[in-house]
Parts: sequence; structure tokens; C-alpha cells
Amino acid sequence: MAPLLEVQDLRIHFPTDDGLVKSVDGVSFSVERGSTLGIVGESGSGKSVTSLGIMGLHLGTSARITGQIKLDGEELVGADPDRVRELRGGKMAMIFQDPLSSLHPYFKIGDQITEAYRIHHPGATKKQARQRAIDMLGRVGISRPSVQVDAYPHQFSGGMRQRVMIAMALSNDPELLIADEPTTALDVTVQAQILDLIRDLQAEFGSAVIIITHDLGVVAELADDILVMYAGRVAEYGTAVDIFGQPSHPYTWGLLASMPRIDRERTARLVPIPGTPPSLIRVPSGCPFHPRCRYASQTGGRSENEVPPLREVTPGHLSACHLTAAQRAEFWAELSAGKVREDTREPA
Amino acid sequence: MISFIIRRLIAAVFLLIIVSMVVFAIFFILPRWGGQTTYGLATEYVGRNPTRSAVLQMIDQLGLNKPLYLQYWAYLKAIVVGGHYGTGTNSVYCPPPCFGYSFKNQQPVWPAMVSDIPVTLSLAIGAAILWLTAGIGIGVISALKRGSIFDRFSMTIALAGVSLPIFFTGLVALELFSYKWPIFPNVQFVPFTQNPALWARNLVLPWVTLAFLYAALYARLTRAGMLETMGEDYIRTARAKGLPERTVIFKHGLRAALTPILTIFGMDLGLLLGGALLTEYTFSLHGLGLFTIEAVQNQDFPEIMGVVMLASFFIVIANLVVDILYAVVDPRVRY
Amino acid sequence: MTEEQTQSPPVPGSGNGGAQSNEELLRVTALVRHFPVTRGVIFRRKVGAVRAVDGIDLSVSKGQTLGLVGESGCGKTTTGRLLTRLDEPTSGQIVIDGHDVTHLRQGQMRPLRREIQMIFQDPYSSLNPRHTVGAIVGAPFRLQGLNPPGGIKRSVQELLELVGLNPEHYNRYPYEFSGGQRQRIGIARTLALRPKLIIADEPVSALDVSIQAQVINLLEDLQDDLGLTYVVIAHDLSVVRHISDHVAVMYLGKIVEVAPRDDLYAKPRHPYTVALLSAVPVPEPPGTPTGQRERRGRIRLEGDVPSPLAPPPACRFHTRCWKAQQICKTQEPPLAELAPDHKVACHFPENTPQQHEAITSPDPAAPS
Repeated sequence: MAPLLEVQDLRIHFPTDDGLVKSVDGVSFSVERGSTLGIVGESGSGKSVTSLGIMGLHLGTSARITGQIKLDGEELVGADPDRVRELRGGKMAMIFQDPLSSLHPYFKIGDQITEAYRIHHPGATKKQARQRAIDMLGRVGISRPSVQVDAYPHQFSGGMRQRVMIAMALSNDPELLIADEPTTALDVTVQAQILDLIRDLQAEFGSAVIIITHDLGVVAELADDILVMYAGRVAEYGTAVDIFGQPSHPYTWGLLASMPRIDRERTARLVPIPGTPPSLIRVPSGCPFHPRCRYASQTGGRSENEVPPLREVTPGHLSACHLTAAQRAEFWAELSAGKVREDTREPA
Repeated sequence: MISFIIRRLIAAVFLLIIVSMVVFAIFFILPRWGGQTTYGLATEYVGRNPTRSAVLQMIDQLGLNKPLYLQYWAYLKAIVVGGHYGTGTNSVYCPPPCFGYSFKNQQPVWPAMVSDIPVTLSLAIGAAILWLTAGIGIGVISALKRGSIFDRFSMTIALAGVSLPIFFTGLVALELFSYKWPIFPNVQFVPFTQNPALWARNLVLPWVTLAFLYAALYARLTRAGMLETMGEDYIRTARAKGLPERTVIFKHGLRAALTPILTIFGMDLGLLLGGALLTEYTFSLHGLGLFTIEAVQNQDFPEIMGVVMLASFFIVIANLVVDILYAVVDPRVRY
Repeated sequence: MTEEQTQSPPVPGSGNGGAQSNEELLRVTALVRHFPVTRGVIFRRKVGAVRAVDGIDLSVSKGQTLGLVGESGCGKTTTGRLLTRLDEPTSGQIVIDGHDVTHLRQGQMRPLRREIQMIFQDPYSSLNPRHTVGAIVGAPFRLQGLNPPGGIKRSVQELLELVGLNPEHYNRYPYEFSGGQRQRIGIARTLALRPKLIIADEPVSALDVSIQAQVINLLEDLQDDLGLTYVVIAHDLSVVRHISDHVAVMYLGKIVEVAPRDDLYAKPRHPYTVALLSAVPVPEPPGTPTGQRERRGRIRLEGDVPSPLAPPPACRFHTRCWKAQQICKTQEPPLAELAPDHKVACHFPENTPQQHEAITSPDPAAPS
């Protein structure tokens, strides 16, 4: 069966006064029905821009989009904006990071949900829409939904607001739910509740989920597959088991090694990735990660000059790196055994 | 919400009382600090023919030798129940609301003001409707088409509008559209009840002149407010829900952008209702503004005091209404 | 300063102060901060208070790091502000290096600001965008009227080098730097007067993951090199575990558990701590053996944190606690030392032999 979402060589560039910002520069992945893809990256990796691109939220801006985005076989890039708008909020829905600023402060939450519902169900009456809103609020765990439906966003706590956003997104039974950093602004116990909720609702509604985050713990909770992005490109792509078990890209290693962990023996020192993420206007030549890569010198100069292609490590596990698979396996073994020391302090 | 409104109402009443005290202080206390004697003060009030006996009578009537709080009390009382001025055959009754008796004009202040209120009201409200439509409309379009020719052009015109003084634009407008090309000849106030068409026609030039200034200001404000609001996260959510762009702009965006402008509008309208001085003077429309100018030129203290109280009243009421409206629109403010 | 130290800081009433090899730099006793809430149409009267910090005791020894964790509304940020006297306590006592700073006025506080400094959370808003880096880092000298040997500029350049920045960037503005670099500038400023005690309020939470590690390492190095004492306020339990020697867990204005780091993470005793640790997502997929092991015995709390305006009576956690019993609703559990240096405020703590009987005997006078 064809995947629900297929993204091929997606490029999203923004012309600005300082130059062309290549936020997304050749990203390809797919999402099967009912499964979860985690997109991992830091600021500037292009993960949010990608998700906004899928939703068609760059239309009307100066963004230049090329490539393919196929939702259930239907091509979205270059499609009629009205058609994309029909799908948006209906077949594909999105929730965002900060639920306080993402809900309109002037409108009751019930009204915000019914608005979403009625746009995609033009025949529904006000009463039906309101009932749907009450149902959804109950489904996401808000107590006394028939009362809370008339409350305003500022009267809720952060966790409850995010539940409201989820209720709003799922009210139209979307086949694809994109969650952009849904728990970053929340307390850790609330985060756990929301992640559980997303997982439960996904099972109930059968939707595919794309979860975008910088937190490897969050992605491990939910994702079946993981896409690691760096500087607008794919660094590594594979199943969660592959990525966590046998990571095959120095950037992924860097992310894993630089995180303080609760589940492991406490190491005396974290091994951070030196330097800072690159500007998207002046992306480094060749492999975008090479200025920060400990192993760049081992590629015989190819890192600086050649863009590494996305190659298979094992079936379904891809990595964009010039090092050979054997080299990578060796380096990862060293790293995970804690044999690598940190580089000298950051040169500014 | 109700307690919010009650609190605002009570605050408004307090404010009006304080305003009356300040006005009273300006006219009755400040001159003394400046060295003015009771006799001198009374002379001002008498106006024409300040004979000694008239002045002494005035001192008596206004109670200028009594303690200040009694004077203030008399002043307040007059507003509510009216007062008497003069003695014997010269005594006059000033019916409530009595804001004083103008001896220079030989009439109570209030009726003189009342006849001027419709002029100012017509001018202010008519101009307000014009400037809100034009200003907000242009502001929204400029914000949506940021950087376009329309945007740059309209913002330049707006800059001109904000910078050019009213008497300049007014006189130019008169010269062009009243004298040179008699489209709007003979600008004179005609009461609405008398002839609505003529009323409107004669007010077009003053409306446009006044509105030009404010429209420019509101265009700039709306543009800035819209730009900021359209960048908010909840706009992104609205689009993500699949709402048509029109709904996103007007229902989600404009409403949020306009609330701060509402507050400013309250102030502007409130001020204007107390008299659009320059515009009335330029077009010779006898509203509260011209009333004020004449009163100042004549040094007619009771009239000045009266119009100051009235103008303050309009401002306080306008702000009260705007505050309450704001709470109606923005639920976060209601406590 | 890198050898593991396992002595315990002085405990009130334990009477073993004389045996300490490390002096106590910070001691907080019964610290309270209430924010009054007023109501009324004309005359506003106080109807209640937000009990942001409601009676906490802390102690930090020189050269050590105390991690203060909790979620929104627990009072940790307010505590940080109280410790640096950016705010004044409602009651209680704060003693820093022997000085009682609890109610000092700003003028009296100023010379002590050489000893206590703060690192702020947001590297974007905590640096004045109109000042150069040199001006920002040099400001503490000027404010205190100090002139270090060699001049202020020299000291500033040394500080920039110390935090891993290029001293030649003295004349640059904050906007020219990345988030991680800005946080380093903030740290350089904090260190200018060589303070003894640094309160770090969420020092890395606004930074990218790869940069967090750099700044964490920097903070550790500085502590080793300069003998600093830290109080780190954070919500990220993994970060706190990495840099703290002792950890205190706060809930609704109170400390519910305080213990040496390894004890707390290995054997958390307060149910809230257990739930908190349980909630941290582990970077191991559920399918793997490690993933499964970590997810066993997971606790999920219901609902949201109650409002600090009306905290639940007696044990504040009882409304969300899966073990709550009658005594929890009527009698507040005291912060008791259940294991060496490990204090818990709970009637039925986890990981303790008598997990299912109240460890505190009910007060005969209290209603049950």
C-alpha cells in the first residue's frame, strides 16, 4: 500500500535581503498510515519549515518550493491553493509548540473548535458542531467538557491548553497529524501525559503522526521512524531501533553523546558538538556538518567538497556521510564506550 | 464583568469630582497664589463696568471671602440646582445645570454652550466615521501588501497628513474647493433638523480636513498593529485549520489589532467633543471650540470654566465607554 | 575539587557541626514568600495570597552544587530571586557566608553582591542589546566602583577567555552572537567580581541540545577552577543530575525531598519525585530491552498542579498521589531524615521498608 505521505527532494528557499535562505534543501521521506515519524533537529535544521511546507502554510509568502509532497497520492506542491486549504485542517492537521499563544485569546475554546469543524463540514449545524467540540474535549481528558467548552484560553493551564489544541486538530479526523514541538513548553509530568494522549489517540483514530522535536527522549517515546535533519538536509533516516541502536552519522552521535541521561551511569563529562549550527544562507560546502565533525579529516577531503549522498547502511536505514559504514561502526563503538574526549573549548 | 463595570463607573464619578476640584482650583485658588486679591478676582468676573459696588456684590455672591470649601460647595451646588447672581433688580437666576454666569455676555454659560454642542458633535462624529473607515481601511491594505507601491505611497501621504497643520490643510481646502471651484460654497453650519442635505454638504470640507489628519494617524497605527498581529501564533493556527484567508485576516487578525486602537479612539473622540478648535476656527463653525477661543479672548472666566468642565466630562465618559468596550472584546481584561 | 565528597552538610539540630570539613556557604531557614491577592470594588482588601514559597530550608556547602527542581508553580524561580535578594522574603532567614541578608536594603546589599551573583535563563533578553560585550561584562566593576589591576578592559578580556570566547570581540554587540555564546557572555559577567555563590536560573534550557552540553561543561570547569558554589534551578532532571551534588525537589512552595544526587535518582522516596523521574522520556525506543526496563513501573500523575493560591491542606501532593490516605489529608508530613542525608516529607515514602504504614505517628490532638 502506498504511504500516506511521500516527500521527495523537497526544497524550500526564502529570498531575503541578506541572501537566499535555504531552510530545506533536498529532503525526502515517507510516512505510512498509522505510523509515527519523528523529525529531530536543532534550531535551523529546517524541521519546522518542512512541516509548514507539508501543510501548505508557506503559500502566499515569498518561499520558493520545489520537489514533491504527495498526500495520499495527491501532489501538493504547485497545487491549487484552495485545494490545499481544503485539506489543511481536514485531512492533515497540525498542533504547535506554545498553546497559549497558539489559541486566539478573544474566542472561547469551544468556538475555536467548532470553527475548525464547520469549515470542513459545511452541512453541520451549530448544535452538531458544538456537540462535536464537547465530545472531543472529553476525549482528550478535559473534565466537565460541556462547561469548559465556553471557557477562554487564558483560564486554562498549559497542559490543558495543549489538550484543547489536540482536540481542535483531531476534530476533523485527520489522516495525518503534525505535532511541532508539542511538549517543549510544558512541565515534564504534563509532557508525559500529552505524549501518552497522542499515542492513545493515534491508536484510536488511526492517524499517522509526524512529531517534530529536539528532544531525543520524546522522539523515542513516540516514533517508529526517525529523520535526523541538519542545516536543511537529511543526515540520517531509519527506524527508531536503527537510529538509537546503531546510529550512523556523526551528528546523530553528537546528539546522543551530548545529552545528559537519567538512565545511564553518570559520565564525568558530556561530549558536546563543538561550534554552532551554520547559517542557512552560507551553508558550508560539501557536507554541511563538516566544520563541526570530529571525523571530517578521515574522509580524504571529500567532506569539504562533495555533498554526501544519502546511502543505505542497512535496508531502510540511510545516512548521508562520506565515511564508510565500517568506519562509522568503529567510531560509534568508541564513542559509546566513552573513549572519546571532548575537544578544546569553543573557538568563538 | 459586572464588578469590572461598576468599578469603572465609580472611578469615572470620582474622576469627574476631582476634575471639578482641579478646575475650581485653577480659577479660584491659583490666581491668589499669583498675587491676585479678592477684589481683583471679582473684577474679572464682573466683566463690563466694574464699578466698585458691582465688584463688591460679586464678592458677596460668589462668596469670595468665605472659606474655600464653601466656595467649592457653592460651585458644585450651582451645577445641580442652579444659582443666583446679582442682587435686587439686577439679580439673575441661572437654572441648572449652572456652570456659572457670564457677566460679559449677560447670560448663563450653559445655554450658550448647548447651542454650540450640535456643531461640534456633527463635526466630530462625522469626521470620526470618515477617518475610521479611511484610516483603518488603508492601514489594513498597507499591512497586507507590505512593501508594495500602495503601501509606500499611502504611508508617505499619511506622513504628510500627520505633519501638516489643520489650519493649513483647511485653508487650502477652502481656497480650492470653496472659492476657486465653488463645489462647496459658503461653508456655514446648517442644523441637521433643518436641512440634512445642506447640513452634510456644508460639513464635507471640515470633515475631510479633520479626518485627513486622524486618518493618517490611524492608518499608520492600524498598519503597525496588523503587522504585529498577523505575525502571532494564533494566526498560524487559524490558517492551519484551513480557514479562508479573509476570515483569518478579519475575524482573527483585525479584531485583535484594533483593540489598542479602540483605546486611542476613545481619547481622540473625547478630546474632539470638547471642541475641534482649529477646524472650527478655520471654517468659522461656531462649535465648542470657537466658544472656547472667544471665551479666552474675552477673558470670560465663567465661560472658560464651563467649557473646561464640559470638555472634561466628554473625555471621562469617552474613556469609560472605551474601557468597557475593550473588556467586552478582550476577555482577559475583565477582572 | 574533583574528588567525590560524601560528607553531609550541617543539619539543623544534629549537633555535628564541628566535624564538617566543608564550611556552609548558604543556609536558608523557614523561607517564606507570599504574594497578596486583593479583591474589592473600591477598597481592595487582601483575600488571600499566592504562597509561592511556603517555608523551605536549604543548605549548601562551599564548592558544592545544589540542584533545585520542580515544575511550574513550585516556587523555585521565586526562591532563586529571594536568594539573590532581587525580592524580599515575607519571613524566614537567608544567611550567606555568615551574613544575614534576609532584610537588607538595597544599599546594604550592594557590597554583598560581589559574593552572590545570578545567571539568567534567557540569553536573548538578559543582555542589553545596546551595550557592547565589553560594557556588559565590565559593568559589575563600574557599578561597584572597583578598578582591578591592569584596568577593567584587561579583566574583561580575561573573563571572555575564561568562558571560551574570543577576547577580541570586546566591542561587538550581543546580536552578533549565537544563543550559546550569549549565555557565555552572561556567565562572564556573573564571574566578573569572582563571586562565591552563583544562583543559576535555568542556565541552559533556552539553548539547543548540542550547545547545552558545551555550557554545562563550562559551568563544571569553572566550578573546579574557581571553587564556585552553585545553586542550579532547573526543570530538566537530566541536566540537574549531571551537575548537582545534592538535589532538592520542590512542590507548591515546599521542599518534598532533598538528598545527595545519586541517592535521589537511584532511590527516590517521595511519590512526587518518583512520578517526576518516571515522566522523563528516555532516549531508548520501547521495543529494546533497555527501553522496556526503563518503562517498567511507570507512574503517570493525573491532572494538573493545583494553584499556589489554594494549595491542598496538609500534604500538598495528596490530591495527585496514588498512595494518599486519610492522614495525608489532615496532617502535614514533616521533612524527616529517613536515610543519612536524605530527607523526605511523606507519610508513606517509596523505597522505604515500611512503605505501607505511616512512618509518622499521628498527632493525638489532630482530628483524623
